[in-house]
Amino acid sequence: MAKITLSNLRHSYYPNPSEPSDYALKEIDLDWNDGGAYALLGPSGCGKSTLLNIISGLLVPSEGRILFDDKDVTDLPPDRRNIAQVFQFPVIYDTMTVYDNLAFPLRNRGRDEVTVKTRVTAIAEMLELTDMLSQKAAGLSPDNKQKISMGRGLVREDVNVVMFDEPLTVIDPHLKWKLRSKLKELHQRIKATMIYVTHDQTEALTFADQVVVMQDGEVVQIGTPVELFERPAHTFVGHFIGSPGMNVLPCSLIDGQAYFTDHPVALEGAISGSPKGRTEIGIRPEFVTLAKSGLSATVSKVSDVGRHTVVECDAGGSKIRAIISGAGPEKGAPVFLNFQQNQTRLYVDGWIATHAQEAQS
Amino acid sequence: MKTVNQKGWFFVLPVLLLVAFNALIPMMTVVNYSVQETFGNNLFLWEGLTWFQQLLTEERFYKALGRQFMFTGLILVIEVPLGIAIALSMPRQGIWVPVCLILMALPMLIPWNVVGAMWNIFTLPDIGLLGYFLNNVLGINYDMTQDPIAAWVTIITMDVWHWTSLVVLLAYAGLVSIPDAYYQAAKIDGASNWSVFRFIQLPKMKPVLTIAILLRFMDSFNIYTEPFVLTGGGPGNSTTLLSIDLVKRALGQFDLGPAAAMSLIYFAITLLVSWLFYTLMTKDDLN
Repeated sequence: MAKITLSNLRHSYYPNPSEPSDYALKEIDLDWNDGGAYALLGPSGCGKSTLLNIISGLLVPSEGRILFDDKDVTDLPPDRRNIAQVFQFPVIYDTMTVYDNLAFPLRNRGRDEVTVKTRVTAIAEMLELTDMLSQKAAGLSPDNKQKISMGRGLVREDVNVVMFDEPLTVIDPHLKWKLRSKLKELHQRIKATMIYVTHDQTEALTFADQVVVMQDGEVVQIGTPVELFERPAHTFVGHFIGSPGMNVLPCSLIDGQAYFTDHPVALEGAISGSPKGRTEIGIRPEFVTLAKSGLSATVSKVSDVGRHTVVECDAGGSKIRAIISGAGPEKGAPVFLNFQQNQTRLYVDGWIATHAQEAQS
Repeated sequence: MKTVNQKGWFFVLPVLLLVAFNALIPMMTVVNYSVQETFGNNLFLWEGLTWFQQLLTEERFYKALGRQFMFTGLILVIEVPLGIAIALSMPRQGIWVPVCLILMALPMLIPWNVVGAMWNIFTLPDIGLLGYFLNNVLGINYDMTQDPIAAWVTIITMDVWHWTSLVVLLAYAGLVSIPDAYYQAAKIDGASNWSVFRFIQLPKMKPVLTIAILLRFMDSFNIYTEPFVLTGGGPGNSTTLLSIDLVKRALGQFDLGPAAAMSLIYFAITLLVSWLFYTLMTKDDLN
């Protein structure tokens, strides 16, 4: 187990990168604390798998260092870093039994059969694979195969970090949540650092204590699931997390007052610095309400999603979504929208630019 | 009352005729010959199983059969491991992939009798490049028209040259279909190169290798053209394989009855070995 430090990490798949766009990873500085449960969240192609492969040693970064407990491991091959990785598609050794699959990493490292037996039995017990130990691994279902690949990572007692690269992709929906809670439980028992890569926000938010959101090779925000939801540091995070995502509306600033079209909008707090560039208002649909007066808009779509209704409105050429409980208004009906002030934020060039309101005492 | 519609027969008739014309009737002709003595003017005399009994008690047949198994065994023992080794050392990506694939496919594109003729000239002791080189530069006494061992070395080398590519291409197809994650997982698990081969590459290649071995078995067991052009079965009878012996009987001696009986036995052996091999190799997958 170890603390992992990534310092000034950059990676490009081209031999001579010159433009920033040549880099799959742009300048990453991150600390992963020992024993933490992290999720690496981002859309496909944002560089999260590249980052994972750099930590595991399958890729050597173009620039920067990786430290495990302050020891530089940048040039060490995967098998000498004591890491484990679970891949998108279950990797199992077809010709071996489940027992031999689990024992494989230990035997390769020359452990004696007594140790192998204790470890394999313990891990099989944890993963509920005990009654399959003597079976050929090839014939098992995808979720059991994925459990075996996890087991091969966890079976080593000295593992520094366990990494999961979208491990639930091929698992049936009804087994997904089962395996996901199993993972959470394993993390609590084993206390190894775990990094979970996914583009699925539900998976990330349920698994992790800390979520790292990435976009275009950059870390956009690191925070707890609640922080990411409540105060997205970037409009991208607002969009990507939440269903539906945050409303982002163009606005103008006159004397520190924000205007959407001609309608003044009260922000949560003071604006930091003197903003130059593209200014936008961000508000989550959860905090938009229908009222008797306010911003006038026309309802363009109403979708009933079970416990609540998503009302999509058109105001000044922008789409604004509101989540309300109970039945929504008719399509085409004129409505007035109110924004909850302490949840209304200003973004300049995509980044948050308002200070949170002082807590009222 | 139940109506019976027989019109369906019209739909299968064309294919039935085709199969009858190119497979059933020729095959039955062979069966017909194998149980009769044939004379000119379509005169046939019933002989029953005489030709079969005669063939199966004859030393000449067993010798040819032995040579055939030796030939097939040797080329399989050489071509399969060699083919796997070449496939493993071929690049998986980049501009050299098509180059390698074309180079590999070239020998297979050459007509069989041309291969025989090429190797015949290549190995002539006086003017052939290889023959001259062996005799006059390396000082090895090599003449496959005189020395049975030299003749065997030559037909085996020729077959390896001609057909190892098939094993290479099939094994390569199996190799490139292995996802990267397998190699990455093996690296993380600390597996040695041998373990990667034994537990990942070989199991993933097994289905294509089964096909490769089956094809090479059938082709080499029925081989005729190349050794016929190269050695003509000689010197003496040392490279007279089953097919060459069969043609000698049928066309050389015009013993149609015994030749037909031999054809049927030959066919049965090929079929039996192929079936046994395939059943054994795929037995695990069925369970």
